[in-house]
Amino acid sequence: MSEAIATSEAAIEGRSPSRLAWERLKRDKTAWVSFLVVMLFILLAAASPLFQAIMKTTPDAFHPEALDEMKGALPLGKLGGVSGHHWFGVEPRTGRDIFLRFVFGARTSLLIALAATTVATIIGVLAGLISGFFGGKVDQLISRILEIVMAFPSILFALAITPVLESVLESAGVPQGNAARIPVMIIVMATFGWPYIARIVRGQVISLREREFVEAARALGASRMHLVFKQILPNLWAPILVTVALNIPSFITTEAALTFLGAGVIEPASDWGAMLLQSVPFYGVDPLYTFIPGIGLFLLVLGFNLFGDSVRDALDPKSAR
Amino acid sequence: MRYLVRRLVGGGIVLTIVSAVVFGIFYILPADPARLACGKSCTPELMAKIRHTLEIDQPIAVQYERFVKGIFVGRDYLKGTTAQIHCPGPCLGYSYQTDEPVTFLIRDRLPATLSVAFGASILWLLVGLLTGIVSALRRGTWIDKAAQAFALGGASLQIYFVGLVLQFIFVDKLQIMHSPGYVSPFQNPKEWFLEMLLPWITLAFLLSAIYARLTRAGMLEIMSEDYIRTARAKGLKKTTVNLKHVLRAAITPIVTVFGLDLGQLLGGAVITEYVFNIPGLGRLATDAVSNVDLPVIVGTVMFAAFFIVVANIAVDLLYSRLDPKVRMR
Repeated sequence: MSEAIATSEAAIEGRSPSRLAWERLKRDKTAWVSFLVVMLFILLAAASPLFQAIMKTTPDAFHPEALDEMKGALPLGKLGGVSGHHWFGVEPRTGRDIFLRFVFGARTSLLIALAATTVATIIGVLAGLISGFFGGKVDQLISRILEIVMAFPSILFALAITPVLESVLESAGVPQGNAARIPVMIIVMATFGWPYIARIVRGQVISLREREFVEAARALGASRMHLVFKQILPNLWAPILVTVALNIPSFITTEAALTFLGAGVIEPASDWGAMLLQSVPFYGVDPLYTFIPGIGLFLLVLGFNLFGDSVRDALDPKSAR
Repeated sequence: MRYLVRRLVGGGIVLTIVSAVVFGIFYILPADPARLACGKSCTPELMAKIRHTLEIDQPIAVQYERFVKGIFVGRDYLKGTTAQIHCPGPCLGYSYQTDEPVTFLIRDRLPATLSVAFGASILWLLVGLLTGIVSALRRGTWIDKAAQAFALGGASLQIYFVGLVLQFIFVDKLQIMHSPGYVSPFQNPKEWFLEMLLPWITLAFLLSAIYARLTRAGMLEIMSEDYIRTARAKGLKKTTVNLKHVLRAAITPIVTVFGLDLGQLLGGAVITEYVFNIPGLGRLATDAVSNVDLPVIVGTVMFAAFFIVVANIAVDLLYSRLDPKVRMR
């Protein structure tokens, strides 16, 4: 539908649909703000080793001098020990620098979420393309698999399968700890993420399959591979892009939730979910420690959600938000 | 009727495959399933017992057959060399760490999870639908903008953060709410309500945001349809059009999402129960994971999958009732 409108406008003004979408996106203030928020976090995460050099300490270094030994090793000073040395304060008990743990945590979260999104998108797009294009038995098989995967209680299953997969990876020679944990998280998240992408792609392929341009290519003797990848796939980038943009925040929160529940990244690596978990015993006396990862997670997810919405609106002007 | 039977058979097949996958992952894939079933505080004696009673020496097909048979009619596990542990059907496994059949553990924990799901779902559906309807009908006004902000914020917040913050404010600082937990509503309904209140509000706040967005988008889409214009042109009252025609059509997709969410929740509100320390199915599962109690993990996953499949079927049946366009095939 949107394409029909876009092409008719293009006939008058000579602008392509993607160019129109881009111009709509450029005019959208929400898109700009949310894009900047997301970029800020990506930059913070990317610059985390730089901060380490500036602050002359590491996220794992203990700072007993910043703790009040008389008060059960709580941070010295106001607001959880915020100071020129420790911009966001220090962790109770250990005195580790919260700002460094925050930026390194952002890096962990973003890397895992992006890796899981990439894997889930590739599998989902391929499955959706095959399922929608070939139809019949193949379609039925893939649809059944989707149904089964979606019948799994995903968080619960992810929690449960982590020790098992970990033991499998370890017996295959992967060292214990995060070297096994992080791949396990990515595998689990991708396994439960791809069906949603596959379903959307499948629906789109079915509506494109019988269109004239595919018909024409088929009549010219194009191979199936050519039809799927050269004719149909290029028309799908808009819905795929929107799905990806809206998938990243849900993977970020899943990652934090898994770590919060104890089935994710483990010490000494920094992670927002782990920070939240570790702040639980102290939230009464040192609320800032809970708020820093909590607000960070909120802003990053909000940024991605708003940006995803804006991209969708730009690509489909008819959608009423 | 035929549709119902077909759906039930389909659901049964899905559950069978889920059970096979779960069984395979937890009892075949690990190098040493007995080690995983034994848990962290494992003694050599317990280990030897589990090795024997899990019947790992038997062929996989036999193990699986006994596992499935246990679900329907129960089974006996060998205890020591002669004595047996009886696990009455439906038997989802036997926890060696607590020395109890998994079904009993689930039975004990189910009421707490049901309580959380019951109160929270009523609250989030009410708040979500009302917010969505009001903001669709008052599109563009400040009410709509406030509702939209609420929806966006709620959809981006996490229960493991909001739960802590609300608990800090209302329980610790202001002391106007009871600290969350679970008592049986049949013994002390007032205390049950007071202890459940904070989990309900937290869960409902986050989920109602999603429902408000869905309702608003659905209402606005239906309101732009031609038949709504026709209904208005016929001179029908505005409220009649909005409630009978718009809402009725907009509510069907929400029923789907609601059924699926409820199904997920009944299998264990994992994060909610963890944050508020409520002894429900989710808590049972997280505890089992941290103690590496394999049979309990398998049992809770199977049980939760059962709820999801049932919810799927219920949603489809309800859908065909609500939406005359969907014909039962």
